[in-house]
Amino acid sequence: MKLNGWGNFPIVDSKLTSLSSFLKELSKKSDEKTETREQAKAIPRGMGRSYGDSSLSDTVVSTLQHNCILDFDSNNGVVTVESGVVLSELLEIIIPKGWFMPATPGTRYVTIGGMVASDVHGKNHHCDGSFGRHIKQLTLLTGDGEKLLCSSTDNSELFYATIGGMGLTGIILEITFSLLAIDTAYIRQESIRVKNIHEAMEVFEASEDWTYSVAWIDCIAKGDSLGRSIIMRGEHAATSELDIQQSKKPLQLTPKKKRSVPFNFPSFALNPISIKLFNNLYYRKVPAGTTKEIIDYNTFFYPLDALLNWNRIYGKAGFVQYQFVLPKETSKEVMPEILKHIADAGSGSFLAVLKLFGKEDKGLLSFPREGYTLALDFPATSATFTLLNKLDEIVHQAEGRIYLTKDSRLQARWMKSGYEHLSTFQKVRQQNDKNNLFRSLQSDRLQITSNNE
Amino acid sequence: MSPSSLLILGATSDVGRAIAHEYAKNGFDIILTGRHLEEMEKSAKDLEIRHGIKAQALYFDALDSASHQAFYDSLDNKPTGVVSVIGLLGDQEKGFDDFNHAEQIITTNYTALVSILNIIANDFKARKSGFMIGVSSVAGERGRQSNFLYGSAKAGFTAYLSGLRNEMFKHNVHVLTVNPGFINTSMTEGMDLPKALTLQPEDVAKDIYNAQQKERNICYTGWYWRWIMLIIRTIPETIFKRLGL
Ligand SMILES: Cc1cc2nc3c(=O)[nH]c(=O)nc-3n(C[C@H](O)[C@H](O)[C@H](O)COP(=O)(O)OP(=O)(O)OC[C@H]3O[C@@H](n4cnc5c(N)ncnc54)[C@H](O)[C@@H]3O)c2cc1C
Ligand SMILES: NC(=O)c1ccc[n+]([C@@H]2O[C@H](COP(=O)([O-])OP(=O)(O)OC[C@H]3O[C@@H](n4cnc5c(N)ncnc54)[C@H](OP(=O)(O)O)[C@@H]3O)[C@@H](O)[C@H]2O)c1
Repeated sequence: MKLNGWGNFPIVDSKLTSLSSFLKELSKKSDEKTETREQAKAIPRGMGRSYGDSSLSDTVVSTLQHNCILDFDSNNGVVTVESGVVLSELLEIIIPKGWFMPATPGTRYVTIGGMVASDVHGKNHHCDGSFGRHIKQLTLLTGDGEKLLCSSTDNSELFYATIGGMGLTGIILEITFSLLAIDTAYIRQESIRVKNIHEAMEVFEASEDWTYSVAWIDCIAKGDSLGRSIIMRGEHAATSELDIQQSKKPLQLTPKKKRSVPFNFPSFALNPISIKLFNNLYYRKVPAGTTKEIIDYNTFFYPLDALLNWNRIYGKAGFVQYQFVLPKETSKEVMPEILKHIADAGSGSFLAVLKLFGKEDKGLLSFPREGYTLALDFPATSATFTLLNKLDEIVHQAEGRIYLTKDSRLQARWMKSGYEHLSTFQKVRQQNDKNNLFRSLQSDRLQITSNNE
Repeated sequence: MSPSSLLILGATSDVGRAIAHEYAKNGFDIILTGRHLEEMEKSAKDLEIRHGIKAQALYFDALDSASHQAFYDSLDNKPTGVVSVIGLLGDQEKGFDDFNHAEQIITTNYTALVSILNIIANDFKARKSGFMIGVSSVAGERGRQSNFLYGSAKAGFTAYLSGLRNEMFKHNVHVLTVNPGFINTSMTEGMDLPKALTLQPEDVAKDIYNAQQKERNICYTGWYWRWIMLIIRTIPETIFKRLGL
């Protein structure tokens, strides 16, 4: 059947199978040692919220039926889940008991397995690192058909290869991780409007004590306004900060209606003028200076989830998301340069997000490293690909890297330079997958895995 | 009063799992039964964490009818209701050549269920309360070349449920027959099913819960199968036998 990532690009023919059927097949084949086995190529898939071809392959193994919550210690804040549990469902269980995720992406519609495989980061990366830092242990089904317990002490190489390993070390079956204690389901937020990228960076660096910080950045404005942004910083609110209504049940929200984009927008709806309008409106909505408010966790962490299927606004051709990180040392100089290229091209989206990452964690292919990261969408057109090829080079020169879970078009040569632990990763992977079973379109394209056809 | 509880036969199936969540969400305690204990123990944990009810997992093999009475006697708290989701599509061609396989299909879909449901019916009768749900199939409404071993066993099961309903009515026990059309489950994985006519297990579970609560007798899920089957049943046999169904 036809499958694609969140960007609707590329769309490919794959065989979709459930994890339980895949396991049955695998145990049958391990008796036979046939040639078909050597050529098989499979990759796990959760909610398909990665943008490009990370979860696409000949055989795609869906974990969504593998979704039991196995343990929740609500005194100490530790959970064990099967990898197909969806974050939105887990939140509904842990929040009422006073717990939150130690790291969360900008959407609730991801699986916990997918969060491990991409070693996702949240707005608190500068304080708390990526999701992998909070994982106590995992069980992994390797390409060799073994079920291994992995942690910082058991099979530790495989553990750090699997965190951020994009499904290439095997299928994560179960995950145990620690949670973050909260008093309320609300966030105290401050929004600060700044005139350009330099001011934005100053505010980021002055906000390191805040648990959460992120900026919406205007990628169209030029000149003195290059990189004008709204920076949002937040803390989990205490009960005393809530209004009377909210403080009666501080851990519960009243449900809101979801809206959805009912069909693919014609692509002309997304041209430079409409983007400019959007950026202008968003920027003006926040008054100059600093605005303070108490907002619920959904509004703060998952604003896009209020609009289901927003990815359809790019039309049938789909879109690509480009996310890179630059070392802190090169950011000051290079980030404005990149923003200028984007502004000149005039095709960037309203969804540009800027953030300052903290210290790097141990995942061998994990994306976050200390420095500034920018993420934005482009329609999947040839003009976009030309622009992005140019940006890849600049990112490479500045010793930055590209986020794999967002990528659908990077060239293999930039892979090695961005990810310095790549060869260690490949070694660990080969030791546990002698038949080269777990591969994605992306991993073959980027030569992370060797294409043996 | 102790809370309502549901005994699920065939709890490892996708439909069985969805039914467990639907009833647990509505406050029922759940008893999961089947042949894969480890898997069901995980599901039981999950049901307790998600819905704050009590759930347990027990080994039960429908084909071992000699064990059925002891199995039911071993339940400390007898359930308020039972649902059988057990089914085996099997391999029509293989069953046509090999009677062992044919017998397995027939027993799993029909006679084995008679064994356990009779035992439960007798208990419910004595207690003068309870509800019984049998998941049969639209395949039981007319035999077709592609699956008539399965279909004929389901036909037997449907007739059994109809008689059981008649028998249990006077004892204040309600019996619901469920006739699903296509469901997206491991039974149908890889089959090329018409999307518009194929339901998710969760939809089927909701339909079943609502039909049981409203004490419906026969529930087609999705509802349109009632009309599709009406048409299929009225095709004259002289024409039907020539069709490639
Ligand atoms: C609106 C939106 C906002 C986002 N915001 C952020 C953000 O702020 N920070 C961030 O870090 N990311 C963000 N992402 C990216 C997203 O968090 C990741 O792509 C995540 O991996 C998606 O999870 P999934 O379950 O959909 O995985 P999929 O897209 O299905 O798979 C992603 C990768 O994980 C692998 N995988 C999935 N399940 C398993 C498993 N059980 N075992 C082994 N490998 C597995 C797949 O093979 C694939 O390589 C965002 C995405 C969207 C759409
Ligand atoms: N899927 C459809 O399109 C469809 C359409 C119409 C009707 N139905 C009916 O709906 C029900 C559920 O279907 P499904 O698609 O979810 O099927 P399924 O996944 O194949 O489930 C069948 C269930 O029956 C259990 N079972 C089989 N033999 C057993 C035995 N000897 N003892 C105990 N349990 C046994 C299986 O348990 P194990 O794990 O132990 O094997 C499994 O839980 C079935 O009755 C089926 O006939 C399905």
